[in-house]
Amino acid sequence: MTAVLDTPGPRNAPLGPRIWRWARPTIVVALALVVIGIPLWLVLATSAKPRGEAINPNLDPPDHWQPGSNYADALDQGEMMRGFANSLLVIVPSVVLVLILGAAAAWVFARRRGKLVATAYAVCISGLLLPPAIITIVLQLRQLDLAGTRPGMIAVYTAMYLSTSIFFMTGFIRAIPYELEEAARMDGAKPLRIFLRIVLPLLRPVIATATIMVMLYAWSDIFYSFFVLGGGDAATLPINLYQVASAELYQENWHLIFAYVVVMSLPMIAIFLVAQRRIVSGITSGAVK
Amino acid sequence: MAQSATTGAAAAQPVTTRGRPPSPRRAGGRPPGRMSRAAVHHPWWFALPAVVIFGGFFLLPNLLNFYYPFTDWSNYHTDINWVGTRNFREILDDGTLWRALRVTLVYALLAAFFQNLFGLLLALLLEKDTRFNRFFRALFFLPVLISALAVGYVFQALLNTDGAINETLGTDVPWLGSTSWTIVLVAVVHGWKWMGLAMLIYLAGLKGIPGDMLEAARADGAGPWRMFWSVRFPMLAPAVTFNVTTSLLGSMNTFDIVQATTGGGPASSTEVMNIYMFRVFGQGQWAEASAMSLVLFLVVVAMAFPLVIGLRRREQML
Repeated sequence: MTAVLDTPGPRNAPLGPRIWRWARPTIVVALALVVIGIPLWLVLATSAKPRGEAINPNLDPPDHWQPGSNYADALDQGEMMRGFANSLLVIVPSVVLVLILGAAAAWVFARRRGKLVATAYAVCISGLLLPPAIITIVLQLRQLDLAGTRPGMIAVYTAMYLSTSIFFMTGFIRAIPYELEEAARMDGAKPLRIFLRIVLPLLRPVIATATIMVMLYAWSDIFYSFFVLGGGDAATLPINLYQVASAELYQENWHLIFAYVVVMSLPMIAIFLVAQRRIVSGITSGAVK
Repeated sequence: MAQSATTGAAAAQPVTTRGRPPSPRRAGGRPPGRMSRAAVHHPWWFALPAVVIFGGFFLLPNLLNFYYPFTDWSNYHTDINWVGTRNFREILDDGTLWRALRVTLVYALLAAFFQNLFGLLLALLLEKDTRFNRFFRALFFLPVLISALAVGYVFQALLNTDGAINETLGTDVPWLGSTSWTIVLVAVVHGWKWMGLAMLIYLAGLKGIPGDMLEAARADGAGPWRMFWSVRFPMLAPAVTFNVTTSLLGSMNTFDIVQATTGGGPASSTEVMNIYMFRVFGQGQWAEASAMSLVLFLVVVAMAFPLVIGLRRREQML
């Protein structure tokens, strides 16, 4: 009964909401400064320091700025360009395969009914939750002569991320009106043509999302790439970073580690800035249904 | 075998046509006609490559994972012999199994808790769609874009005894040297890395709450606190389902952050299963690594089923 009196209207707003109007942005800015600002500053500042200043990392600005030579060292001694090329050489084919194979399978799973299809679909998306058996994957790759090779890594990544793309795409295709396909079929189009000309173009938003999600995970993956590729010639960027950070020669060389971290993170940040809206809508559309 | 396959296919056929939900093209007056319409229009072979790759490089290894833990597969000899449960008995007897299991579960629970707590708080703080909020959402999403290994190194530099935090605070706390608290701290780092993802999903969940429902609650005199617990939080059920499931199961499978901050230490107090597998595999004891991998698989399956079913049910009750 007192509730009626307490009803917060826009005009007679009680003290709480009014304080909140000021407190909220203040909290947000303070939180951002501490939670994001400090680690970010640490990385950027340390990556510009000479070795002596960087041995015990701290939040002081560099006395002597030498980002140029640090980044050059990271590129050169960390074999960054090789790592970059290696990362691209496994991730790009994996993404393409995940998208094309995933879309084709999702089309069948979304449009056909029956126990068999439902079972196949359930099995194919089980990888969303189940962990890959990486140890036996290595054994199997050895038997196939694919251990330590890029095709082996591509096969493993593709299998790992197919579940995600099939899950997203099946949901998406179910929402596409069937008439679009039907109309083309009336004109005598064969399944392959319908898939390529009608289904795939409609999948564009979800393809963008799936690409970004797979890139996000694969770009930073170290666990699986360690087992499959190892530290050899095909080592990807994260493996290189791990080697730079673990090598005796580089111990305590935070300035190089962080220069490496910055360069390695830039591509993902660039992709995010370009495709921000896509990413956000994609991530959320799959999750909240 | 062959017979059951045929009957299975035969049984599936009528279902394929009859089980179709009512769709506009039925109303279009096309007679059911040929049974194989589905097969003609959406042929199986479209799904085949995906099924083959997934089956060959995901399912098959997981099946083989039920065999190799019972062998003496290792770096030290070329043949592989059946040894029964020897590998399991070994990791049971030296306490590794329970320790790894306990550490992994504790880590996963803590990491999921922090990730969801941080994500939800950020979503509530940045709920309104203003330019200010959009900028800060992007900023808090930044850690998601940075590789987990790199995140681990950043926090190692912050948390080391001679690291940046102690230096700034003038303290001498061994943040990464406690056998009981370091795991909590590493889980916080995990939460920090993924909070942006949870935030986005909670934001979408908040956006999906009908405005008139909030209006009605407000008219009934619900304060902000009451409003959150009685209206908004229950309405967030789908987002919570997704976030809790993925974060909990995802962090069971963790490696990078722990490896880069503590490497499993101190005294193996943060040695999650994947770190154990990585270490033991590096020592050439492949069957032991495989045994732990099987345990991880079984635990994740045992958690996934009740989790997905339970959370789904809660969602449907609303």
